Amino acid sequence: MSTRNSNNIFRQVDWLTIGLFLVLVMFGWMNVLGASYSFDQTSYFSFDYRSGKQLVWIMGALLMGFVILMLDWRVIEMSSYVLYGGMLLLLIATPFLAHDIKGSMSWIDLGPVRLQPAEFAKITTALALSKFMSGYDYKLRSWHDLLIPFIIMGVPMVIIMVMQKETGSALIFVSFFLMFYRMGMTGIVLLIGAAAVVLFVLSLVAGAWTAVAVVGACAAIAIAFLFYRKWKDSRKWRLSQLFIVIGFAIVSSVYCYACHFAFEKILQPHQRTRIEVLLGLKDDPQGAGYNVMQSKIAIGSGGVLGKGFLNGTQTKMNFVPEQATDFIFCTVGEEWGFAGSTMLLILYLSLILRLLSIAERQKDQFSLIFCYCVAGIFLFHLTINVGMVLGLVPVIGIPLPFLSYGGSSLWGFSILLFILLRLDASRFEKMR
Amino acid sequence: MINNDLYKRQYVIAAIAILIVAIYIVRLFALQVVDKSARERAENIALVHQTIYPPRGLIYDRNGELLVYNQPIYEVLMVVHDMNTKEHSFDTLTFCQAMQIDRQAFEHRMAEIRDRSKNKGYSQYRPQIYMTQLNSSDVAPLQEALYKLPGVSIRKRTLRDYTYASAAQVLGSIGEVNQRDIDRDDYYQSGDYSGRDGIERTYEKVLRGQKGVEILMRDNRGCIQGSYKNGENDRLPVAGENITLTLDIQLQMLAEQLLQGKIGSAVAIEPSTGEILALASNPTWNPALLIGRQRSSNYNALLNDPTKPLMNRATQAQYSPGSTFKIIQSLVCLQEGAITPNTLYPCSGPGSTPIKCTHHHGSPVHLLNAIEQSCNPYFWQAFRDMLEKNGYGKNNENFRKRYQLWVDDVQTFGLGQRFADSDLSEQSSGSIPTVAQYDKTYGKTGWRALTIRSNSIGQGEVLVTPLQLANVAATVANGGYYITPHLQKCDSLLEHVHHTAVDDKYFPVVRAGMGRVMTNGTGRHYALPDSIKSAGKTGTVQNRNGRDHAIFIGFAPLDNPKIAVAVVVENAGFGATWAAPVASLMMEQYLTDTIRRTDLFNRISTSVLNSNVKHY
Repeated sequence: MSTRNSNNIFRQVDWLTIGLFLVLVMFGWMNVLGASYSFDQTSYFSFDYRSGKQLVWIMGALLMGFVILMLDWRVIEMSSYVLYGGMLLLLIATPFLAHDIKGSMSWIDLGPVRLQPAEFAKITTALALSKFMSGYDYKLRSWHDLLIPFIIMGVPMVIIMVMQKETGSALIFVSFFLMFYRMGMTGIVLLIGAAAVVLFVLSLVAGAWTAVAVVGACAAIAIAFLFYRKWKDSRKWRLSQLFIVIGFAIVSSVYCYACHFAFEKILQPHQRTRIEVLLGLKDDPQGAGYNVMQSKIAIGSGGVLGKGFLNGTQTKMNFVPEQATDFIFCTVGEEWGFAGSTMLLILYLSLILRLLSIAERQKDQFSLIFCYCVAGIFLFHLTINVGMVLGLVPVIGIPLPFLSYGGSSLWGFSILLFILLRLDASRFEKMR
Repeated sequence: MINNDLYKRQYVIAAIAILIVAIYIVRLFALQVVDKSARERAENIALVHQTIYPPRGLIYDRNGELLVYNQPIYEVLMVVHDMNTKEHSFDTLTFCQAMQIDRQAFEHRMAEIRDRSKNKGYSQYRPQIYMTQLNSSDVAPLQEALYKLPGVSIRKRTLRDYTYASAAQVLGSIGEVNQRDIDRDDYYQSGDYSGRDGIERTYEKVLRGQKGVEILMRDNRGCIQGSYKNGENDRLPVAGENITLTLDIQLQMLAEQLLQGKIGSAVAIEPSTGEILALASNPTWNPALLIGRQRSSNYNALLNDPTKPLMNRATQAQYSPGSTFKIIQSLVCLQEGAITPNTLYPCSGPGSTPIKCTHHHGSPVHLLNAIEQSCNPYFWQAFRDMLEKNGYGKNNENFRKRYQLWVDDVQTFGLGQRFADSDLSEQSSGSIPTVAQYDKTYGKTGWRALTIRSNSIGQGEVLVTPLQLANVAATVANGGYYITPHLQKCDSLLEHVHHTAVDDKYFPVVRAGMGRVMTNGTGRHYALPDSIKSAGKTGTVQNRNGRDHAIFIGFAPLDNPKIAVAVVVENAGFGATWAAPVASLMMEQYLTDTIRRTDLFNRISTSVLNSNVKHY
């Protein structure tokens, strides 16, 4: 069986995804080189430089991918809870083993390399969620059925946020909502989430009154629509809808005032400044807005075609902070221009859409759920990271999949992707 | 909740992903394609445009002697944005110690730099000049402390230096450009130098060359990280062109020595070319005083000196010409048929009216003797006959027409106007009063020859500059024409030939008269040695400010003039006593390369006629 597998695996595996993965990783390496390149650098490949190290991480990732493809898919599924439990212990132990790096306690020294367990926690959590929600007796019928998945998701999240003070890494777990939605959670949750964000921004930028007015206008349109459809729906249904709309409008209005109040009275001044700068209410190029201003200038200076490989001045001269890790997209924008950055975004979009189509062709729930977890994680990382660099999302330090410098994040994303590919490769064996 | 349509939710999720990517692409389009300012802002942040100043052109005299050259100086520059980094605030103490200033002075200067009303081109990203014109020992302590002072840099520039402590007014000086210069010529940036006066100003565009620029990259700490694109967009500076002047520095220095202790000026011109050989004005100063950091204090001292050293008396002071004007008077009266060389007029001695003679001489006299003896009544009668030739006519018409003719003729000698085609930047026009001016003062019929009689002997409203006087001497030496006096040795300037309205045939008799001045007349004590024949005319000009001005114009050798000279010594007394020896010694020096009348030289150069004259 195992010999047949190993013969078969390279015929069954999704080469398109591997191709996209390789292109992203190599493009990432070029940009790490571009971002960390200095003029006295003698070699691109020496382990003394980030570009050299990243090459080693890439080799490691490929090796890991190969090993995962060699594994039996049942081993992966069966070890889900064990891995999840082990990871929880590791996350709890990390602050005691870790050195304090820039106020966060999330790195463990392993000889020459340092690892960030939080980057791997999302893999084990995804596996555990998939395992639990694919159980024979599990059906997502109501809110009660989401309780245990929320706990599985929440425990590592809380540990990372509270014990390691890594808000960004903790926030990633929110991406599992995309999978919950696909698996049957009501879409209203996403809608309410989106409405909450929009109203929050609106009430701060335009004031609470304006936000309430917008809410009222939306409600009025909805009510008008209900009357317009008089001939189609029953009177009872229309009445219930009317109450929902009015209730929603009232809650929204209260929420707008609450946002305004919370912003003015509860938030710390520095947090307020950050939000104000992001929303363009305040110009603070030296303080909170410095990083984003520099990153926008760097990207903007790239123009249509960019300054060319290794020719970026803003990123190379260290004006952009963290330009090899969280702000790697700046290097892309500056050196490859609008053409290059758009190409990169389309590559990511292709990868995510490909993962969605892979997910939908799975024959078993475990694989389907896991695929959606992976797609959600990638989409969330992409949205937050690129949005932050473009000044559309608050500065939250999370890496861009496959591009950002760093072994932990690259390996974490690679393991996620290769587990997905491994599961997909045996989709015909798993008839259920 | 469960239903069989859940698979459709993949499309919702795909739509969300597509929407997010689309929003980001639109945002990228706005940042990278629509907004063009980012590139410029990025360049302001990461690129340093370092100006490379070209060496300014050198200045030589007519014999190839180097007069003006360059010396290196240093200036301290600051990029205000880089001085305070996130980690460190600016180390003011170290900076103040290195610059040997106190904290107050530092803060005062910084406030000046930041003040956009005083420093219009201020940008916190571009280097601003903190202090300039320092020598290498001034900046040495700062150079050592530079690593502790982000945002501070030292730039090498050049300043002028001078071989001879001479010709300050002619050479002029360079100084920082002001806002008007910057507005008028976008070549200049705040902190640049340009020629402020003299030759430095006239030939600014030739001497300055073309600035170069080196584009460097700097990192977030303000440290220079190398050249941008390997210097692809750099521009090399082009050195300024050298200039050769017409001055003879030996003659210039001699003139300045002879004028020591006096207020006055001396101009020497080569008649055949119009080249100015010497242009001395006293009081003067050592040009090296107006370079470097002491420039402004020295400049103020010169500005406030009551003897007005900054005024170039040779070209800007205006005097009545006195008896030297009789040369012009002779020529114009001959030309307009009022007299012939043989016309006789009586001189009734010192008692004659209304124009008296200063001394007794034979009477009546003809032109040659009149020039030799500087007979005042002769020139008054000649002037009167010239103006009254056709009588006064109805409404004074005929007389006024004759006067206009006289004005026109006199102006062709270069009087009453600036030399517009010259390269001298500072000139006064002098004055030849016009018909309109007299009409205004006296009414059309209210003035006659008698009214303006003082002009006949150069004491009236006629005003001239020493340069114009020297040019008159050169015109007579040339026998009827002059080439505009100029300072740069340059062939195109030789084409500015101007013929006078007086026919060439009338010049020999006037030249002969001027020759007799040097043998028999007022200049006879200062004839040249080696029996070199010379020509001259003295003038002793009454004025309101005390003793008479001493004036002399002349040229030598008489038959083949090589040098024409005009000398004015203010409030000195007789032209024959104080101006003629200066001119004579200058001619001797120029024609024989040496001074053999050392006693005369010593006596003149050490005589102090005005105790207010300072030596700078």
